[in-house]
Amino acid sequence: MTLSGIAKQFRSGILDNNPVLIQLLGMCPTLATTTSVANAIGMGLAATAVLTCSNILISLLRKFIPKQVRIAVFIVIISGFVTAVELLMKAYFFELYGALGLFIPLIVVNCIILARAEAFASKNPVLPSAIDGLASGIGFTSALVVIASVRELLGNGTFLGLEVLGKNYPDAVVFILPAGAFLTLGFIVALVQMLKNKADNKKCEKEAVAEALEKAATAAGEEVQA
Amino acid sequence: MNENKKNVVLEEPEAKAQTKVEPKAEETPKISIPNLLTVTPSPHLRHRDSTRTIMLEVIFALLPALLWGTYVFGLRALLVCAICAGSCYLAEYVTQRAMGRPVTINDCSALLTGLLLGMNLPATAPAWLAIVGSVFAIMVVKQLFGGLGHNVFNPALAARVFLSLAWPSYMTNFTAPYARLLFSPADAVATATPLVSLKHGALPGASLLDMFLGNVGGTIGEVSAFFLLLGGLYLLVRKIITWHIPVTYIGTVALLTFAFPQVGGVARWEFMLYEVLAGGLIIGAFFMATDYVTSPSTRWGRMIFGAGAGLLVVFIRYFGGYPEGVSFSILVMNSLVWYIERATKPRVFGGAKKNA
Repeated sequence: MTLSGIAKQFRSGILDNNPVLIQLLGMCPTLATTTSVANAIGMGLAATAVLTCSNILISLLRKFIPKQVRIAVFIVIISGFVTAVELLMKAYFFELYGALGLFIPLIVVNCIILARAEAFASKNPVLPSAIDGLASGIGFTSALVVIASVRELLGNGTFLGLEVLGKNYPDAVVFILPAGAFLTLGFIVALVQMLKNKADNKKCEKEAVAEALEKAATAAGEEVQA
Repeated sequence: MNENKKNVVLEEPEAKAQTKVEPKAEETPKISIPNLLTVTPSPHLRHRDSTRTIMLEVIFALLPALLWGTYVFGLRALLVCAICAGSCYLAEYVTQRAMGRPVTINDCSALLTGLLLGMNLPATAPAWLAIVGSVFAIMVVKQLFGGLGHNVFNPALAARVFLSLAWPSYMTNFTAPYARLLFSPADAVATATPLVSLKHGALPGASLLDMFLGNVGGTIGEVSAFFLLLGGLYLLVRKIITWHIPVTYIGTVALLTFAFPQVGGVARWEFMLYEVLAGGLIIGAFFMATDYVTSPSTRWGRMIFGAGAGLLVVFIRYFGGYPEGVSFSILVMNSLVWYIERATKPRVFGGAKKNA
């Protein structure tokens, strides 16, 4: 487990394979809990905690879980952690608990968590699994925060409850409503795809140029030798 | 010798790299066809109709209702429509340039979208509301889906729904008729539209004749059934639209409201007429549901489209949260057009019958 390997895992979880913006997983909490930045951060952190813990435990137990019933076992493990997180939130962040409501118990069926368990934790040792869970969780949280920032700013004129656009800004309520969630998500995913395509094109061009240079250099060298 | 070698190695790669990357830009040589020998696939019949003439005819048919709206609500009504039409036109130009598409603003479809959107706003609408709505209609609903002919939803209606979800208080700030706003909405007298009264289970204060002529509150373009019918009739006579959608649409609403009146103490037909004349049903049936791009092209498809939209209007008006259901009903049916068209695909001429 090298340092660059860890960095690569983080990069993959947050950028290249962002669970929300690239893989389009976990749409239900993404659309429902991004009405304000505070809710998004709460939801993201709760899911990150569950994701990291469940990845660790599933990775530890990966040799004992029978293949035929693995999904059921994963869900039992995940729901255990979700219950813990739910009780903790009820005790220490009651307001947030009230705002997120049903979506906390629904973390059990969050497909990002199940996907990481199935695709990664059940096949890899503990440390990479823990890092994978943390990276995916941070990717999930950051995507939620980006979407929520746009929605809260346009729909309420605020950011984290602070007045940003002034008192005279006519709140576009639609961005707090479900329709606004879909609009915002669509535009952000489109933007991410555009940036990704641009980056990929640049990479391809660079590779092509490098390849051409190399070929030309060897050809020229051969000519001179001849 | 050594220097020479270096030079060769340094210079060559650059030149070669450039030629290596460039070939993408080079295209196959264009084949030039002499004008005399132009070969095109059928159809060869030509008709004077073009997108532009059709759009202009529809705009012409809308003018009586627009003028009536201006007469009833004051010059501000005309101003709102002008802002919408202008910003739609501009938004279309800017978006098409930005997306690298051919600029087709001369087909006047953006102008029509803007005019329809303006006529769907109350006369008190602030300028920024009109501009945001227009930009949403053209950029998001029309151009992002591929431009004219590819948009799933009617741009003007989708923008109206967007605006009424985003700023409901501005979108329902209706003035009483003959308030005659000049430029500022400050002296507007708010009024309940006939639809709101009907929603609350009471007949509107206006008489049926007032509602037919347009002496009631509402959006700029929807109030006068008479002038809208005049425009609609013109479109029918000029064969711009067919009777199928308007007749089945309004007919379904009439039938259902006749069969299940919501207000006691009046004749069934009276309640039915109130429901038909109230709100945007007539402008929706003649000018928005018949949009070529977003409605079915088969006869039976059009009838299913109209009946479905009529059913939805009554459902939303009776059981929904909003007093008006015309915009939602047409948008919902817009999203089903692909299915309706597939289900009503006509048999190919000379082809075998399905159950033969």
